Parts: sequence; structure tokens; C-alpha cells
Amino acid sequence: MQEDYINITLADDDEDDRLFFTDAFDDIKITTRVKTFNDGVYLMDYLNSDDALLPNVLFLDLNMPRKSGLECLKEIKQNPKFKDIAIAIYSTSASEEDIENTFIQGANIYIKKPSDFKTLKKVLAEVVTINWQYHTNSMNKDNFLLRF
Amino acid sequence: MTLFFKFDFNAICQIVLEQILNDNNIKYKSVGFGEIEVLEKLSKEKQDQLQNALANYQIDIVENQKSILVQKIKDTIIDMVFNEDVVVNVKSSVYLAETLEHSYGYLSNLFSEVTYTSIENFIILQKIEFAKQLIIKQEFSLTEIAFRLNYSSVAHLSTQFKNTTGITPSAFQRIIAKRRALNQQNKTD
Repeated sequence: MQEDYINITLADDDEDDRLFFTDAFDDIKITTRVKTFNDGVYLMDYLNSDDALLPNVLFLDLNMPRKSGLECLKEIKQNPKFKDIAIAIYSTSASEEDIENTFIQGANIYIKKPSDFKTLKKVLAEVVTINWQYHTNSMNKDNFLLRF
Repeated sequence: MTLFFKFDFNAICQIVLEQILNDNNIKYKSVGFGEIEVLEKLSKEKQDQLQNALANYQIDIVENQKSILVQKIKDTIIDMVFNEDVVVNVKSSVYLAETLEHSYGYLSNLFSEVTYTSIENFIILQKIEFAKQLIIKQEFSLTEIAFRLNYSSVAHLSTQFKNTTGITPSAFQRIIAKRRALNQQNKTD
């Protein structure tokens, strides 16, 4: 039977951003389970472990020490084990180059981190709702591109 | 060499479903639209066995009446958007209400409750999905795609595309083309 919640994972080295992110899901109607990691190395170690619970949507900050979001994205896209994960880039950068490049590398969603909490909640709610439609209707994720 | 395929999902699912029912020696009558009338009483074991066989194809038996109606709403919308033979001359709300024999208010409330989105948004999402498929094929111009999807103009299609996805149809086309080229390159490396 279909599970009625969505697994969300975030890798971001900024503690405040992680906190806002987690709080933003509290009011969303779709039930979510949120897990966060402090950088790309911790994230990839977890995802590659045998008992990892793979997220439905993975949010990646681009600028992280040790391993950047882009490096994580490339690794994830090369491993068929991760093919069902929708990938959202979650970054302070709004450069057209970053946006187009991450989409080409296989990201599904690009979010420029909103500066206020209200907008953040709205954007994340929309991402989760649209992803839910792709998830529950077996829609083609290859064509799933979304930008905020 | 890369081959591109076109699928008729309804036909594929129907074939898979009938095959599994035959394999499990179940007598049935096909009612269409993902609906099967079973002509015998299924024992609990047989039902579990069928469910397991279907699970391999990620097919679920829908049990709850609300989910069944929501699935019918979705199927009707997808058919309305994707099937060229379905010509709808009335507003989609009227069409859904007439086809499914419930008031639109009832359908609309039920749909939002179960899917977390509105019927209107779901229709837009499906239309944009179809537009994406057509854009990728590169067989049609945006003008033709707008006409095929009943938009009053290319501008209207482009605006709705941008509002729904955050990117323009031409950026979408460019990104997917570059992504495919990159995948191709990675495979040959």
C-alpha cells in the first residue's frame, strides 16, 4: 500500500538554515519526516550505508565544506540506487549559470533560499505538494523541473 | 544509437493486469478504466496471492471508495488532456460532473482532501506535463502545442508553463537537450 508520508532530507552546513527548514514543515498538510546532515560527506556516508532510508526529496545546499552540493548531485546521479530520489538544490545563489548547470546535471528543483520564513514555508509546501503528485501518479521524473 | 519510445500506458497496464489474473486462474470481466469485475468469490489467500503478484508491477488494489472516485477523476482528466480522441466542448468542471455523475462541488472537495491539490491545479499540471513531452519530441512548434492543448495563444501557454515550473518552455527544451547530451557523453566515456 502507498505510504502516506514523505521522507525529506537536507544537507546544509548552516545551523540556522537547518533549523528554519525543519520548522517550516510543521504546518504542511502532507506528513513529512525530515532528516538533516551538516555537510555532503555526512550525507553521502549515510546514503551509501546499507540501512539508509532513502528520501523522496533531497535538498542540497551548494556551498558546503568538504563536499559541495554539486559533487553530491553528480555522485547521486551516477548511482542507479538513487534514481527515485527527487533532488532539490537549496542555495543562496541565484546565478543563472548555477541554476542551469545543476538542472543539466540532473537536479529536479532549484530553490533560492527565501529571506523570510513565511515565503520559505510557502515554497517548501509547494515543492512537497508537486512532488507528491509525481510520486503518487507515477509521472515521469525525467521531465520534472521546478524553479523558485 | 538511441531509440525513443512512445507508450500507451492504459494498454500496457491492461495487458499486465489480464496476464496476472489469468496466471492466478481468476475468472473476470474487464469493465475498463482500471476496473475489473471478478466473477467468483476470492478467498483471503487468493486475494493476498493476487495482491503480491500485482505488487511486483507496483499495481495496488484500491479498497477505499473515496480513493476509487479520486482515481476515476484523475483517469478522466488524464484522458481528457492526453487522448486526442476525447473532444471536450464544455468546461472541464461540467465534463467531470457529467462523466462521473456527481456534482462538481462534491468531486472538487473530495479531490482536494485526498490529493492535497485542487482539480484545477491537477489539470494544469497534466497539461504542462503533456506540453513537456511534446516540446521534447521537437515535432511540433509551440503554436501547434498551444492549439493542441486548447490554449488561446502561445503567450498563454508560455505564461502558464512559467508559472507552473518556474522556467520558460525554451529554457526547458535547452536544459533537457543538454542533459541528454551529458548522459550520452557519460555513457561513452
